[in-house]
Amino acid sequence: MLQQISGSIAVAEAIALCRPEVIPCYPITPQTHIVEHLSELIKSGQLKGCTYENVESEFASLSLCIGSSGAGARTYTATASQGLLFMMEAVYNASGLSLPIVMTLGNRAIGAPINIWNDHSDAMSARDAGWIQLFVESNQQAVDVHIQAFRLAEALSLPVMVNMDGFILTHAVTRIDIPNQQQVDGFLPPLVPRQQLDVRAPITIGAMVGPDAFTEVRYLAHHAQKQALAVIEQQAAEFEQIFGRDSGGLVKYYGNENAEIVFVAMGSVIGSLREMQRQTAEEGIDFGILSLRSFRPFPAQVISLALGKAKSAIVFEKSFAVGMGGVLTSEVHMATEANDLKIHSVIGGLGGRSITIKSLRKLLDAALKNELPNETFMDLDTATVEREIERQQDQASGPVAENILRDVGVVSASKTH
Amino acid sequence: MFQIRIHGRGGQGVVSASELISVAAFEQGKYSQAFPSFGSERMGAPVQAFTRISDEPILSREPVMDPDMLIIQDPTLFHAVNVFEGARIDGYLLINSSRSVETLGIEDMTSKYPAGHVQILPATEIAMKHIKQPKPNTVLLGAFAALTGMLQLEGLEKAIRERFAPRIAEPNVVAASAGFQHIQQHLNESAEA
Amino acid sequence: MSDSNSQTVKFYQTGTFTVGNRLLDESLRTVQATTERSNSIDSGHRACQGCGQALGARYALDAAMRATDNNIIAANATGCLEVFTTPYPETAWSIPWLHSVFGNAAAVGSGMAAALKARGDTTTRVIAQGGDGGTTDIGFGCLSGMFDRNDDVLYICYDNGGYMNTGVQRSSATPPAARTATTMPLGDNPGSSFDTGKFLPAIALAHEIPYVATASVHDLHDLERKVEKAMSFHGARYIQINVPCPLGWGSEPAHTIRLARLAVESGLWPLFEGERGEVTDSTKIRYQVPVEDYLKLQKRFAHVFKPENLDQLEAIRALALKNIRRYHLV
Repeated sequence: MLQQISGSIAVAEAIALCRPEVIPCYPITPQTHIVEHLSELIKSGQLKGCTYENVESEFASLSLCIGSSGAGARTYTATASQGLLFMMEAVYNASGLSLPIVMTLGNRAIGAPINIWNDHSDAMSARDAGWIQLFVESNQQAVDVHIQAFRLAEALSLPVMVNMDGFILTHAVTRIDIPNQQQVDGFLPPLVPRQQLDVRAPITIGAMVGPDAFTEVRYLAHHAQKQALAVIEQQAAEFEQIFGRDSGGLVKYYGNENAEIVFVAMGSVIGSLREMQRQTAEEGIDFGILSLRSFRPFPAQVISLALGKAKSAIVFEKSFAVGMGGVLTSEVHMATEANDLKIHSVIGGLGGRSITIKSLRKLLDAALKNELPNETFMDLDTATVEREIERQQDQASGPVAENILRDVGVVSASKTH
Repeated sequence: MFQIRIHGRGGQGVVSASELISVAAFEQGKYSQAFPSFGSERMGAPVQAFTRISDEPILSREPVMDPDMLIIQDPTLFHAVNVFEGARIDGYLLINSSRSVETLGIEDMTSKYPAGHVQILPATEIAMKHIKQPKPNTVLLGAFAALTGMLQLEGLEKAIRERFAPRIAEPNVVAASAGFQHIQQHLNESAEA
Repeated sequence: MSDSNSQTVKFYQTGTFTVGNRLLDESLRTVQATTERSNSIDSGHRACQGCGQALGARYALDAAMRATDNNIIAANATGCLEVFTTPYPETAWSIPWLHSVFGNAAAVGSGMAAALKARGDTTTRVIAQGGDGGTTDIGFGCLSGMFDRNDDVLYICYDNGGYMNTGVQRSSATPPAARTATTMPLGDNPGSSFDTGKFLPAIALAHEIPYVATASVHDLHDLERKVEKAMSFHGARYIQINVPCPLGWGSEPAHTIRLARLAVESGLWPLFEGERGEVTDSTKIRYQVPVEDYLKLQKRFAHVFKPENLDQLEAIRALALKNIRRYHLV
């Protein structure tokens, strides 16, 4: 049914349709509206057979998920940013134990400086944790991909993290088609756990594994993720058949397949890139957009193929590895070793900075003129940066964040030293 | 595509207003997208919210940079934020105030707009009368509907009833209607004059 | 054994006051005395000789299994119990068992309980367990949360007073004056400092959960009774069992049961029970012994017997007296 609702409410409705049995949660902006709405659905009796637990931390939240998933229950939670970091030991544990938990990450920056706004630093912090990591471009995809996430998680007995941009998607009110229960039941069968704590058939989960078999266990985790490459595609196709929408899959290419310049990105920025594509098409300017919907597993071959005709790729990412640069960029480099391709890294939208089409257009124009540098920090205020570098000539120059806030006039003048 | 930017302060219902517009537009069969310029939850802090209305699916995720419609819920913001930034001067401007353009000191800006596109109404006072709370947003939405014709009053009423419990919705429906009539009357008077 | 059988006579496993199970009516014998015991932890595990935790865990789990007609699933914190029961590629567990990480056993247990609740499974019961480090330090937040929510989990802490698996470092359950690898009695340092540490049973009681008890591996009847009683409640329950550790305490493996008994009889390990915030019962010390009897069998306390450290010995006596007074042990 078509509804005009926020991304968070839509995701909560989708989760409810997936018949979860246990939802532990801990509040953190910007995912709170999801778990608030789920609480409402359970308390009002609309979602039956589900235990909702208000817990004391994100670490506890995912730990409850581990216990409940180990006991064979379909389990869901959501978090963001610092919350993901706080649960990180359990994040690795959940995938190490092969537990099919589904978690939404309302993508948000990581502090310090504390920042509640959107970027992808949190998702990237878990990129090696063994979870399947999917990114969505829109709230309709958020709904659709969550439904696929449960089936994917349960088919492979692996946890799945669905990444949706905090605020930009979670808080955006848009038109969404919420599927009906019959459709979802037709796509998502009841959970048959690969392993389950059951008094009739006792098993040990989480035994110690020494040097003699650790490599094999880890390899099998890698193998499962590689298998996911095929399963994600297959399930997306099946989803499209039942629901009549293209949502999911490993990647999505928008635009002319022969375009020389291709933007590569993940998440909601794809929408703005598509709007720019629509605008430039009117001017006769052509570029492609490659949306990575699956970041883990990383679809290297598919990316290489999709960029086969491109001369230049602009990898736009909302996070970076300090001291190294764009993580996605280096992975795209690796994936396209055999391609004849110039790769430009653009870091943008950090900590919620607006990604304007005007700024994206500057990138495109620079690329068209062959003037786009290897690495760009989009809309970086270089004057502010240079002032602070200058200040740091003084050994006791003070906290960077406050210095900069004072420069841009946010901190009251009365606080100056 | 018609783009709206609402400026107000935390607690005035800025975000609700942008959502209500989008729900009303949805009810009229339009595509619409509403989202706030997000911040920590804090009463009184300057807040912006955006709405786009279109006949086509809306792709862009950027904040509304060049609004066709600017709604100012709190005139004290003129001194705190550059509310006019990027505003299209062929668009509309709706201000909640019991004062005049002259006393607000914004003539430089408002004079650029076409005649009748700038409207000031005491939305907070009207809200106090009908909902007994200083929440000007539904009055302004009624005014918006009357001023631009982008929304029908019925769609707005439906959106308000959908989003709020009856106890809250009904006075707000009355308030929206009062806002609508206030502007309509004003436009009629100007037309006659 | 039901609560009404609260012991009028004390049974000892060893020593002068030993009373064999054979003198008792069969229905009153310990779970461990029956051939039908579940052997939740099977033989062949890799615990040290004289490991108090191995005994405590088997006693407690077998008792819980009997109380629930063999319907226990367990969550385990990282630590000795986890390591010595699951040496790859073996497992000593004959019950469904899950080990996640060090600090989350209580939360994992909560998750299991939530799954059972969602399923309407009222037969299967959940136990979460860990050592004192995994309980009183790193797992404290999750444990307090489990208590707060009154989740239907019995948490059992096997308290040997330190991080023994990592090589005997101090935990917040390490008793004052005890020598550990991180609290060496060098210079003026007394070993683990006085006026530090926490007594988690009292903290558990302050959460006003349905049931809290302390137990000791030397008193099998009492331990089993408390576990069975705990299983008669729903909601969050907590039992902390004193389990001597020959490695960490510097004691003879053969002295494990004796040390556990002396800890109780000296007043240093009070045995009590509480319900919903109130202490309901405590076990009187029948033959009170001086703390020295307990301390001198352990190398971790050797330094308190040096002439210059007599104040430490006195302070330990004061701790025993405080327990005796607080929990009405004599």
